[in-house]
Amino acid sequence: MKYDSVAELCALAKEKGCLISDIVITEQAKAQEVTEEALVERMEKSFAVMEESVASGFEEGLVSASGLTGGAAYKMKQAVDEGKTICGKFFGEALAKALAVSETNACMGKIVAAPTAGSCGILPAALLTLMEEKQLPRQTMVRALFTASAVGMVIAKNASIAGAEGGCQAECGSASAMAAAALVEACGGTVDMVSHACAIAIKNILGLVCDPVAGLVEIPCTKRNAAGVANAFVAAELALAGIESAIPADEVIWAMKKVGDSMSAALKETAEGGLAATPTGKRLCRRVFGERTCNGGKEL
Amino acid sequence: MDVFDIVGPIMVGPSSSHTAGAARIGKFALTILGQPLQAAKIYFSGSFAKTYRGHGTDKAIIGGLLGMDTDDIRIRNSLKLAKEKGLQFQFFETEIDNAHPNTVQLELAGTEGKTVVVQGASVGGGNILITKIDDTEVSITGKATTLIVPHKDVPGMISDVTNILARRGVNIGRFELKRSQKGGTAVMIIEVDGTVDAEVNEMIAHFPNVIDSTVIAAIG
Repeated sequence: MKYDSVAELCALAKEKGCLISDIVITEQAKAQEVTEEALVERMEKSFAVMEESVASGFEEGLVSASGLTGGAAYKMKQAVDEGKTICGKFFGEALAKALAVSETNACMGKIVAAPTAGSCGILPAALLTLMEEKQLPRQTMVRALFTASAVGMVIAKNASIAGAEGGCQAECGSASAMAAAALVEACGGTVDMVSHACAIAIKNILGLVCDPVAGLVEIPCTKRNAAGVANAFVAAELALAGIESAIPADEVIWAMKKVGDSMSAALKETAEGGLAATPTGKRLCRRVFGERTCNGGKEL
Repeated sequence: MDVFDIVGPIMVGPSSSHTAGAARIGKFALTILGQPLQAAKIYFSGSFAKTYRGHGTDKAIIGGLLGMDTDDIRIRNSLKLAKEKGLQFQFFETEIDNAHPNTVQLELAGTEGKTVVVQGASVGGGNILITKIDDTEVSITGKATTLIVPHKDVPGMISDVTNILARRGVNIGRFELKRSQKGGTAVMIIEVDGTVDAEVNEMIAHFPNVIDSTVIAAIG
């Protein structure tokens, strides 16, 4: 198996009457010359790090090295705990967790890149919130991470998972699609639903640019992680209700690649366009790096 | 590419290229030095030079030079730890010609008198490319177990080294020989499947005309 398409993953799972994660675990154990148990155990370690990265992001008074971000997760968590959220506890929890992992990352804490450090909050927030809410077994979530990885591999192969190549759609978009796929599988959706969830998640974020202020993984990355987990739940919820994507997942991934290719370099992690080029973005850059580096707002 | 390239690496933030990759270059260079580090001069080039403070690239490099992996939370306080250990280090901002935007050059001096210059680039997603060791241009990703063997440029060296690997059942995936000039010093760079025993490395290091032998474990 070469992870060439989502369609291939779905066809194999249907043929064998199993989950996508079952296919991936068997194939990866063979490819990496380890037992399936050892492979799953390694993923469990990653899942544990994800949990720790949520916890450390909720600490009060968290500030990143640059001073640009910190404290958003704490505020969100407080709003949830005080029952002040519009969309209820479940959704607020998901947003708070995504912010927490992203802020842990900005503060040089330990995270699991999923698929990148910039988008590291989406997958843990989606899976951990679902696990707590539905009281699902931990093992189900760990196995779902293999389905997420498989989707990520297809995207990496046919489009990109790097902001510098494909913009934020490649990072937070890919993470949303991976999370949506994992959510659907963990909730007992069909393999076709997994595929539709992937397609819907990417469609919703298609064209999003990567425009980090001062070139740092902070503004707007932290908040886009919150938006990313929301997008993952939107896509999973729609797919689980039986709503299909008119455009198949592999064609959506193809579109993402084309959109990324046609995106200006200024909008692909160079910090020369978008929010990075706004007056405030430039001012923040100068505050962190001084005049010489932030000449005209650019991270030269 | 495997599942742990996508859900992973486990790393200290904030950036896989500016933090995780930097730590890996530091650790790689320390392994090449092969003895405890006493002093380091660190030359940041390109994007590294402009943004190393905001991304913690300085802390990551020093962490790597102290032997830390990308997921070692002590990276956050590595500058303080290095000072406590009495390590002398200095950072410089420079521009290295024709280099990848995220390039760093490390001039290292060990406690037992050895010095080495290592240049490397962080090429994305925490992946690295070591581009220079002393005056020799190389191209090492560190994804496989790598054997670096500087030796005198005399006949029979390749067969001596590859023979012992063959006898120990070690399969070579990539082999590269570099030399600065005829009859001078040459370097074998050998990437192998699996691992290489310390004992085999010792044997190679003690071959006549071999200057040194270093095994660098594959990046996990």
